[in-house]
Amino acid sequence: MPLPFEQPIDDLQAKIDDMRQFAEDQNIDISQEVTVLEERLVKLKQETFQNITRWQRVQVARAAGRPTALDYIQSMMPNFSELHGDRTLGDDPAIIAGIGRFAGRTVVMIAQQKGRDTKENIHRNFGMAHPSGYRKAMRMFDLADKFSLPVITLIDTSGAYPGIKAEEQGQAWVIAESIRRMGALKVPVLSVVIGEGGSGGALAIGVANRVLILENAIYSVISPESCAAILWRDSAEAEKAAEALKLTAKDLLEFGVVDGVIDEPAGGAHRDPKAMIRKLELVLEQELNTLSTLGSEELLQQRQTRFRNIGYFEDAIQDMQQEEISETDDTAEVEKLAEVVNKKADKAKQKATESKAAG
Amino acid sequence: MALERWFRRKRATKSDDDSGPAGLWLKCDGCGKQIYRKDLIANYHLCPECGHHYRMPALDRVNFLADAGTFVQWSGEIQSQDPLSFVDTESYPSRLKRSQEKQKRPDAIITGAASLGGEPVALAVMDFQFAGGSMGSVVGEEITRAAEQAAAEDRSFITVTASGGARMQEGALSLMQMAKTILALENLAKHRLPFISVLTDPTTGGVTASFSTLGDIIVAEPDALIGFAGQRVIKQTIKQDLPEGFQKAEFLLEKGMLDDVIPRDRLKSRLIQFVRLLRNKEPIHAPAL
Ligand SMILES: [Zn+2]
Repeated sequence: MPLPFEQPIDDLQAKIDDMRQFAEDQNIDISQEVTVLEERLVKLKQETFQNITRWQRVQVARAAGRPTALDYIQSMMPNFSELHGDRTLGDDPAIIAGIGRFAGRTVVMIAQQKGRDTKENIHRNFGMAHPSGYRKAMRMFDLADKFSLPVITLIDTSGAYPGIKAEEQGQAWVIAESIRRMGALKVPVLSVVIGEGGSGGALAIGVANRVLILENAIYSVISPESCAAILWRDSAEAEKAAEALKLTAKDLLEFGVVDGVIDEPAGGAHRDPKAMIRKLELVLEQELNTLSTLGSEELLQQRQTRFRNIGYFEDAIQDMQQEEISETDDTAEVEKLAEVVNKKADKAKQKATESKAAG
Repeated sequence: MALERWFRRKRATKSDDDSGPAGLWLKCDGCGKQIYRKDLIANYHLCPECGHHYRMPALDRVNFLADAGTFVQWSGEIQSQDPLSFVDTESYPSRLKRSQEKQKRPDAIITGAASLGGEPVALAVMDFQFAGGSMGSVVGEEITRAAEQAAAEDRSFITVTASGGARMQEGALSLMQMAKTILALENLAKHRLPFISVLTDPTTGGVTASFSTLGDIIVAEPDALIGFAGQRVIKQTIKQDLPEGFQKAEFLLEKGMLDDVIPRDRLKSRLIQFVRLLRNKEPIHAPAL
């Protein structure tokens, strides 16, 4: 199912396919004509994606057919060993974790997995993790540190799951703890937002030395729908909220929230998953090679400095600077009381010493 | 050990509280009795009849915790820049300006140095009345700086949170403040300085999922609402009613997420104890307020 703004692309694609079929049936050579049309198709894709709104970008980030974490992992790490469970609460399928070889080294992989169909979506809880998922991630951080293995995380979630059990098991606590422990890793850490980077649930596995994002992925403090429901009091205003939140890859690069944007194939990753997967593989290998030249202290320092410096502010207007700290109006009375208590305490102490000495 | 530091003025001299109903008298949410507003304020925003905890304005909280005359403010030198040029039904600068005028501070936090029962501490108190206590670049930076300063001056760090979460108007930059504040606390931890987190009503979202739940000791005030997701969002997601007392301090204590729930009139003396014990000193039996 194409997204509404993609219809012209699909129409042109269909036309080309029809022509090809026709030429084949009639046994005629139309390769020249097809080439012209295919060039036009590429141009159309590029133009369409250059001009889409932020809200349309959100649709692409969530599009069906877009490669999911597992698609990347299966291609990048053919011998990936998934490791299940958090050893406390259970195993959360919304987060996949494990070890495998990538670009000539063993890496620890942690990824949020949305479903590729309804059945998998239900199994994976639409990529929305419970505390157990983050506990599993933290277990992997320990493993990475112990064996000095680089960590790669793939972020794709609308957020940590908002449910009763999740709250009871301390969703906020585990997210904070996961951020802390990821920030303290002594190994190279790479994070890529491959689809949706939804709030704290995404950041919990996003404290990396280098944070990358795919061209049509988004990363936001809140979903456009929820933001609209709060600020516009109408979730139907999500389009306006998406615009206001500046949640696209390009925006985030400008703000220093991400360090790099990875181009997608013309028309988006969902049009050519294979090309997308190859591309990410190449980028990750390069990035990993670069980070591997740093020592563990440097890696830690670089990561901390990276996050330390995020934020925009300016000098405040002078007259707002000093709080009006109310002076006590009964200081004298309090001092007097304190003196009495102090004396009593001294006396008690003296007595204790005396009785000790006597005994 | 200066004992007089425990004593506090018995009356609040000033209140910027407008969180409760206006007027001279109000009907207590806890016991339903008519209470005189001035009595409520003088009683640290606790109902004089039933002890019901009303929200305590940030400045009152600072004055309530810090030993008299010891607070030296650090915060207030920076303000937000509206990096997103955010406009909803109103522009972000306009919303900010209103909060700044109302609360007379640049953003939703007060930080500074103080002594607490004579113990050197750094205080960071969030202001719920300023844009719902939301955390954007300024709050994140102030907490980070306060933690850094605490480490430099060998002070224990105490945060008192009251926040709806991350500030939407600064987008992903607000989200990143979660990581920034957490990593700043890691540095404090390296100095082996205690970090005590006091969660007050309400503490939710990005503030709960960051520095505030990483205290060496985490306590809450009675009946405080504390959670990750908002109750409306949860209800919409699961399509069922929420259990009694869900996301309340007592509920979280029972679930093992808090070290204790401490009534406000004991809070200061307990904080002094925590700080002293963690710094390997004899606890002192400070009188309750
Ligand atoms: Zn009452």
